[in-house]
Amino acid sequence: MERLLLEGATVLTSRRQSVADVLVVGDRVEDVLTPSGENQEVRAGARAIDLSGLVLGPGLVDLHVHLREPGQEWKEDIASGSRAAAAGGYTAVVAMPNTDPPLDAGYQARYIADRGRQVGLVEVIPAGCITMGMEGKRLSHLDDLLAAGVRIFSDDGLTVTDSGLLRRAMEYVGSRGGVICQHAEDPGLAAGGHLHEGRVSSLLGMTGIPTQAETTVVARDLALAELTGAAYHVQHVSCGETVALIRSARERGVKVTAEVAPHHLVFTESEVLKMDSVAKMYPPLRTEADVKALTQALLEGDIDAVATDHAPHAAHEKDVPFEEAPKGVIGLETAFSAVCSVLGGPALRTVFERMSVAPARIASLERHGNWIEPGIPANLVAVDPNQPWIPQRYRSKSTNSLFTGVPLVGQVRLTIHDGRITYDASRVADPDEEGSP
Amino acid sequence: MSFLTTEGVARSELEKILYLADEFTEVLARPIRIVPALQGKLIANLFFENSTRTRLSFERAARALSADVMTFSAGSSSLSKGESLKDTALTIEAMGVDLMVVRHSSTGAPRRIDQWTSCLVVNAGDGAHQHPTQALLDAFTLRRHFGGIEGLRVAIVGDIRHSRVARSNLFALTALGAQVTLVAPRTLQPVEYQDWPAAVTESLDEELSRTDVVYLLRIQTERGGASVFPSLPEYVSRYGLTRERFARLPKESVVLHPGPMNRGVEIDDEIARHPRALILDQVANGVAVRMAILFRLLGAR
Repeated sequence: MERLLLEGATVLTSRRQSVADVLVVGDRVEDVLTPSGENQEVRAGARAIDLSGLVLGPGLVDLHVHLREPGQEWKEDIASGSRAAAAGGYTAVVAMPNTDPPLDAGYQARYIADRGRQVGLVEVIPAGCITMGMEGKRLSHLDDLLAAGVRIFSDDGLTVTDSGLLRRAMEYVGSRGGVICQHAEDPGLAAGGHLHEGRVSSLLGMTGIPTQAETTVVARDLALAELTGAAYHVQHVSCGETVALIRSARERGVKVTAEVAPHHLVFTESEVLKMDSVAKMYPPLRTEADVKALTQALLEGDIDAVATDHAPHAAHEKDVPFEEAPKGVIGLETAFSAVCSVLGGPALRTVFERMSVAPARIASLERHGNWIEPGIPANLVAVDPNQPWIPQRYRSKSTNSLFTGVPLVGQVRLTIHDGRITYDASRVADPDEEGSP
Repeated sequence: MSFLTTEGVARSELEKILYLADEFTEVLARPIRIVPALQGKLIANLFFENSTRTRLSFERAARALSADVMTFSAGSSSLSKGESLKDTALTIEAMGVDLMVVRHSSTGAPRRIDQWTSCLVVNAGDGAHQHPTQALLDAFTLRRHFGGIEGLRVAIVGDIRHSRVARSNLFALTALGAQVTLVAPRTLQPVEYQDWPAAVTESLDEELSRTDVVYLLRIQTERGGASVFPSLPEYVSRYGLTRERFARLPKESVVLHPGPMNRGVEIDDEIARHPRALILDQVANGVAVRMAILFRLLGAR
């Protein structure tokens, strides 16, 4: 078995952080050693990697990505999405089921997981549809999906509006470890909308999407989660009012968790004034007050996790007038840096809590999101929280990112998935010159 | 510099265009109504959305300046073959076009073409966003009628939310010193207007006696404007410029409409023909104002 000795990083354990050497044997962390140069027998034969000056933590987990396979491979596929994920410090990603065809049966879930293993850079965890074909009319093959290991259920991109149907889905999977996740957007309130309803939409004469399109759905869903006792997860929270709803539901014992996307922590509706369609995504970028409320909620834990909503679209698809453009931005390769920049270096442990530990717990991923100690699976990432960089190019097939050209602080340096190095920043300067895995 | 919006345009710049339009009005009154100002220049009219008056007005303006004109309407274009807006714009630019006049149903389409090409672009109406040449021809019409715009009280009435004419006029007329009130039911008002230089009200009847200019707008059924009030007769009862309402206006006041009109809806048929309705003056002035804008952009090149 291959032996890796990760030397000199500040290592995040469950209780503290201190400089240590981490020995990886096969796909497990064998030992955490004091860096005195002792234990020569244990160190012997291991390939040493110098990580001095870096912080070593649990590999990141993304609850929300669109890998576009099958059906839209010109935007992204599992191989390119895995490369992007590894470069972003991720060791596990949850692939949303709005593929073509939508993932509503077990054999499809097995295919996605198998493709992820073949590529081998990151664990690809398939999410399943709540309703057949994401049509919102009848339940998908929930038993079949559960048997295939699916725990995350969502009709992401669309909202399950039928309250009776949603209740049944919660009742059916809630007692069996499943989590019902909602893309919360009331279709009536959001009808014809392209951006946040407010100052910018009024000025530009475009129909907006009010925050109430999100809050009315979340409020109903929380009542149903309370009724059924099921675990309920709010995808890509975009406004402060939703945070308040989640907090109060949690206080009365509702099993609710929530995620926020990095772009909602950084950008506001003003981005749309440039008319560049890269600023178009659902839920839309909202106000400065929402950015502050979301950041605060992430720091304090009212929002459990950061999830990218990585949504690749080809350049020619975005190079159209705003109202005609598809929605979404990529995020895997910039998420850590963006969150690190927003929360700041002193909050680094919180960054790992929200980007690895909590999302792994929400998705029931025992092999991920573990603070470092002997015996855990070797899903790890080494980061430099103080390294400035400006994103320019991506491993994703698509480039629709708002972070391109934006100065960030904090960078992923080395990613290890199941004991194998899946990304090493010191060895690849230019993503364009990097070969296929 | 392209001409894409009236928002943020300085008063001095707007006035330069109006002065130029005065001169071109004289040109258009001569026996030979053409000047060689833009001889050798090539202007492309790209109308991705239906238009009659604006397209013809721009064509007339360009020809009166001796420019060469190519006009393209969406129905006859390769858009129906699946070509993207960007490729269409780049294709037309490659033919040696100096300036593109662009109308499109999507907000920002002219701005995108301005970003994609190195041509000058004049916005001839984008979605519900802006229609800046309309605002300037309206300002020109009011200036010629009243002698100036400073202090004029203008009520823009109707489908403000879906109107590019309302947005363009608001910023142009207030920059030139007018006071603008936007009159509409709540569902046709802009959602958020706190930082707009305008008063907003639901009541047309309260505005009538203190208004110098009633600017009527069409209901934009193609942008969803018809589904936000209960019925057309109810709309007319609150916002139609009927003969009764017209009688309550100050005697010096005038009525404007950007066209096309829906007689019997926002404007009574008889009022539309009244001497104080300047609707055909607006159309006539449109040619001189568009000459001024084309000359201002291309003349110095």
